[in-house]
Amino acid sequence: MTPLLDALLLNAGYNAALVAIGAGLLGFAAGAAGTFLFLRKRALVSDAVAHATLPGVGLAFIAMVWLGGDGRNLLGLLAGSAVSAAIGLFAVEWIARRTRLAEDAAIGAVLSVFFGLGVVILTVVQTMSAGRQAGLEGFLLGSTAGMLFQDAVVIAVGGSLAVLATWVMRRPMTLVAFDAEYAAATGVNVPRIDLVMMGLVMAVTVIGLKLVGLILIVALLIIPPVTARFWTERSASVIWYAGALGAAAGYLGAAISASAPDLPTGPIIVLVAAGLFLVSLFFAPARGVVAAVLRHRRFQRRVHRRQGLLALARNEPIHDELTLRVLRDAGLIRADGVATETGRAQAAKIARDERRWNVAREVHQDTGLTGRYDGLTPIEDVFAPDEIAEFDRRIGGPRSVVEGA
Amino acid sequence: MMGSEFVMFSLTPMLIGVFASVACALPGNFLILRRQALIGDAISHVVLPGIVVAFLVTGIVAAVPMLLGAAGAAVVAVILIEAIKRLGRIEPGAAMGVTFTTLFAGGVLLLEQSDTSSVHLDVEHALMGNLESLVWLRATGWESLVDPSALGGLPEELPRIAVVCSLVIILTLLFWRWLKISTFDEEFARASGLPVGMIGMGLVIMAAVAAVAAFDAVGSIIVIAMFICPPAAARLMTNGLGRQVLWSVGFAVMSAVLGYILAGYGPLWLGSENAVSAAGMIATVSGVILGLACLFGPHRGRVGARAEG
Repeated sequence: MTPLLDALLLNAGYNAALVAIGAGLLGFAAGAAGTFLFLRKRALVSDAVAHATLPGVGLAFIAMVWLGGDGRNLLGLLAGSAVSAAIGLFAVEWIARRTRLAEDAAIGAVLSVFFGLGVVILTVVQTMSAGRQAGLEGFLLGSTAGMLFQDAVVIAVGGSLAVLATWVMRRPMTLVAFDAEYAAATGVNVPRIDLVMMGLVMAVTVIGLKLVGLILIVALLIIPPVTARFWTERSASVIWYAGALGAAAGYLGAAISASAPDLPTGPIIVLVAAGLFLVSLFFAPARGVVAAVLRHRRFQRRVHRRQGLLALARNEPIHDELTLRVLRDAGLIRADGVATETGRAQAAKIARDERRWNVAREVHQDTGLTGRYDGLTPIEDVFAPDEIAEFDRRIGGPRSVVEGA
Repeated sequence: MMGSEFVMFSLTPMLIGVFASVACALPGNFLILRRQALIGDAISHVVLPGIVVAFLVTGIVAAVPMLLGAAGAAVVAVILIEAIKRLGRIEPGAAMGVTFTTLFAGGVLLLEQSDTSSVHLDVEHALMGNLESLVWLRATGWESLVDPSALGGLPEELPRIAVVCSLVIILTLLFWRWLKISTFDEEFARASGLPVGMIGMGLVIMAAVAAVAAFDAVGSIIVIAMFICPPAAARLMTNGLGRQVLWSVGFAVMSAVLGYILAGYGPLWLGSENAVSAAGMIATVSGVILGLACLFGPHRGRVGARAEG
């Protein structure tokens, strides 16, 4: 536990600390940028962009070696990956817009073809004398072990810049993500904002290559926004929730990975994000599964309580186990099934309100009011006392609630 | 190039590539038309945790447990996607993204944590396959094709993928009408009493079987590329489903053969000594074919689209 604690408190060496901070910043930018993608229902476009980086990495390496430099310069490799990612993104857009193929086919085609081309280029790199220790495979799944100091700086600075760009662009991007047509009507240049959004996604992908790897970086763009939707319904806050969740996943994942051997950074970050997602799926306050089950149970009990009381009022026997239990728990019937004093009173009230509703639906034919008749809304919530008095007048004089009793 | 060396080193990998490509391209036609193209992508990612778990359980790298593990993982993934979609009310693309990245990450972590140094099981192999190594060492020339003892030395991947490929072809032919009707007009299919849900699920399972068998031999790049590129290119060539499927098979065979030759012999022609990845090159060739179809295919435009001005 101590190495993990050390890593979490940034005590596991300067590089590890820098990587953890960089991963946190990157996670924040990825979560925020991913939110726009998710809301535009284009989450998987980022997968094509990520896979399209591979040929660029390989070609950049070859070019740098040819020019007599060190092929492993991270900035150069990232620049190359950005170029090929942009080409991939353009190809997706072009296929989806200019041919009759759907966007998902375009995504799949670009993803697999660019990746295949990248693999071909990687095998070429491996045959170069300088290529044997290139470590370009690290870009597939991310590897921070033995990372150079300047590489860690690149990740930290890149992460900060991406966060800054998200902050600057947050308003127009939120507008477009939530309601593109409204945004267009208010004079926002939607295609340009879309372009900026994809540019941000591309930046996050490229910065994350060394850290998370091109196969899994898409997870950092998708999982935090999906998770954030469980916690808030407000448009402005989704982005910050997603950013915070992404930052937590990035920071925790990088720290855990640094604390022990054989814990690859990319997969650990993704699994932390997935863990946060699972917790939210089940335990989020409003949209979580547990909350939904509880809500359903409460609703079920209210229905059974009403049905039970109506049965009591009509002197009908109750057979349903759940109904009996609900009534007993509320002290409306005794253990042997006979109604208590409160039970009779409430049954009488519910039977009387039922009659009032019947009259109300005759009087008010418009569904605006009587549409709220679901058996669970108290009539006092819908009609004013003088209206209810009018219903009572129509029902007629006092009668025994339970006929023939 | 056409002598005994070709039979020994190139014939079997090329045939395996062709069978794998066709097996994936056939269901790909229907997946594309149903806007489910990325199912192939998802399946090929989740195959990795499947085979890792199978290895950890059995302790050996053998075909049958791995195929079962991979198929099991594919089924688990489909169920998970469906569960996340319904429980969390999340759109399908995002649900898919969450599921396959998480499972893939889990697979990589398991692989790194377990001791697989003694066996040939790693992420790169899973991604890129190992087509070049599936050689037929016992062959001495074309006459070996009728020599039983030489045939016994065929790489075991070849008969397996051949069987799966034939199975996919037979199933496609058998259920042709059902697939066609339910793909183009689901409402009509349902009204005519076809089990639409079953057909959809069956298609996904068929795709998963093809993916898993092909994955074993050629790695996941080819699988994803072949699910999408040949059918997509074929779609731009014709309006008829039958002709589209035939085109896609033709494109798949062409990608496999051309890709393999370019990977194995292309660098030699360019004066280099080392071959490049065959799987990667096959995917690249299929992409080039798709690119050409996008530019010149007779039916590339949208129906009713305005002329570009």
